[in-house]
Amino acid sequence: MPWEHFAHGADIGVRGIGASLNESFEQAALALTEVICPLEGIDARESVQIRCEAPDAEVLFTDWLNALIYEMSTRNLLFSRFAVDIRDYRLTATAWGEALDRERHHPTVEVKAATYTALLVTQRDDGSWIAQCVVDV
Amino acid sequence: MRVPGLIYADEGLLLDMDDKVSEQVANVASLPGIVKASFAMPDAHWGYGFPIGGVAAFDPDADGVVSAGGVGFDISCGVRTLLTGLDINRVQPIKRLLADTLYARIPAGLGSTGAVHLSATEMDAMLAGGARWAVEQGYGRAEDLERIEEHGSMAGADPGAVSDAAKRRQRDEMGTLGSGNHYLEVQHVTAVYDAAVAQGFGLAVGDVVVSIHCGSRGLGHQIGSEFLREMAIAAAQSGIRLADRELACAPIRSEVGQRYLHAMRAAINCALANRQILTHLTRQAFREVVAGAELTLLYDVSHNTCKVEEHKLDGGRRKLYVHRKGATRAFPPGHPELPHALYSTGQPVLIGGSMGTASYVLAGTHRGMREAFGSACHGAGRSMSRSAAGKRWTGRKVIDELAGRGILIRSPSHRGVAEEAPGAYKDVSAVVDAADRAELARKVVRLEPLVCIKG
Repeated sequence: MPWEHFAHGADIGVRGIGASLNESFEQAALALTEVICPLEGIDARESVQIRCEAPDAEVLFTDWLNALIYEMSTRNLLFSRFAVDIRDYRLTATAWGEALDRERHHPTVEVKAATYTALLVTQRDDGSWIAQCVVDV
Repeated sequence: MRVPGLIYADEGLLLDMDDKVSEQVANVASLPGIVKASFAMPDAHWGYGFPIGGVAAFDPDADGVVSAGGVGFDISCGVRTLLTGLDINRVQPIKRLLADTLYARIPAGLGSTGAVHLSATEMDAMLAGGARWAVEQGYGRAEDLERIEEHGSMAGADPGAVSDAAKRRQRDEMGTLGSGNHYLEVQHVTAVYDAAVAQGFGLAVGDVVVSIHCGSRGLGHQIGSEFLREMAIAAAQSGIRLADRELACAPIRSEVGQRYLHAMRAAINCALANRQILTHLTRQAFREVVAGAELTLLYDVSHNTCKVEEHKLDGGRRKLYVHRKGATRAFPPGHPELPHALYSTGQPVLIGGSMGTASYVLAGTHRGMREAFGSACHGAGRSMSRSAAGKRWTGRKVIDELAGRGILIRSPSHRGVAEEAPGAYKDVSAVVDAADRAELARKVVRLEPLVCIKG
């Protein structure tokens, strides 16, 4: 599975797996949306540009998820598609989605923040990338 | 470890406790400037850097630190309980109407927005004034304030230390409950354990109360995230070696440490103002259903904070920075912070359950003050992950089962209800009994739910 959730005592973990670092970040963002509501049913009607810069890949990963949490919260959006480009711990991305409709999307829970718990960004022996952390809900 | 780690629990709780708790207690015990001990309350579970249920105090004169991780992402999340002056017999016949009216009035769940939208100037006034600001705006009464920690307004808050992003995130969220484990419950008193203190709190068997559990909303989450990041990077630069990045902290006497304290206190005020506005909405809902209903505040506690408090230490009195992460302040009888009416009883310690489970009111003790900086547990804590609970139950089934027991649930999300099913939480009674036996706080009354508005 290119993205999955993993268990945490109080909250939930999001994990993205991809052929590249970019793809692992994109997949983890899908896992983030799935914490909130099912991905199916979120149309890609509008897009938001996101930029982050961090001292290392792991902080960059939490910055990426926190930027999405911020955009969702302040623009009342849900995202279902992502394109990420990372160069030298500088991320530029586009997130596509639409306005949250409580009747249609049935959101379960709000994500408060991406945390440094179980935070890992690494390339595995088979060459694939994994990006994960626990999110506070 | 610079100080011992001390976990309060009985055998059953200890056996069930996540192994991460002792690891996190030990990590906290190794932070600079920690005094006395690194504590875990009986409801402790795996948290972020600090265990949830963790208490730790730091001495600024011994290079002590303040930790954004030690306060957490939901700054000043807490519980307040209101007395309704009504008894169970009066409320049972109107319970359904009350549930529907409260659900219509209280914005709950993701995507709900509050009726209060603040301009930049109003936002700063709210962040500086807390519940006092809210009362000045007409949300509640002046007499509410003395029954809120810090008398409703956290001193030393600086709205200028709060980022524009955090303020932006709060713009539509004033007077909203949030989601997850946040709730508003109508409850009734089903047992009294200490008649004298219960009387002092104005509680007797059959009395109906309202408890509200929520925090500082988007503003607090944003401040938590921003300072966690900054402190994790600054810690490395100040030569503080962290066993876990989530322990991110900075010396109290540093620029970032001070800036965090100023912003964190503003977030405390945001939480206090938020619970005050929700109280106003609750009063309106009650009056709509019961003409002349008068809801008075028993008390308001925050369980994710860092506060400067005076404590006895090594024969002297010291000003310490006490972190409570998922732990409730529990000051004893006679403490100068308490209002006159609660001077002889000690501080009400409000312990929330989950939908369908009991909640408790305890009172602070002298022993808890001596041993654990006047702190007690805050709730039950999960025993099952969200995903496992979501697979095990459906929201409809949980709602129907609880309805069969006379508990009405109102929530925008069925999946949210399933993830918060009562069976996914530990037994709050065992947690409270352990706190009572250890004399961290004394059991006063048990509350059981009638209506739960779930975010």
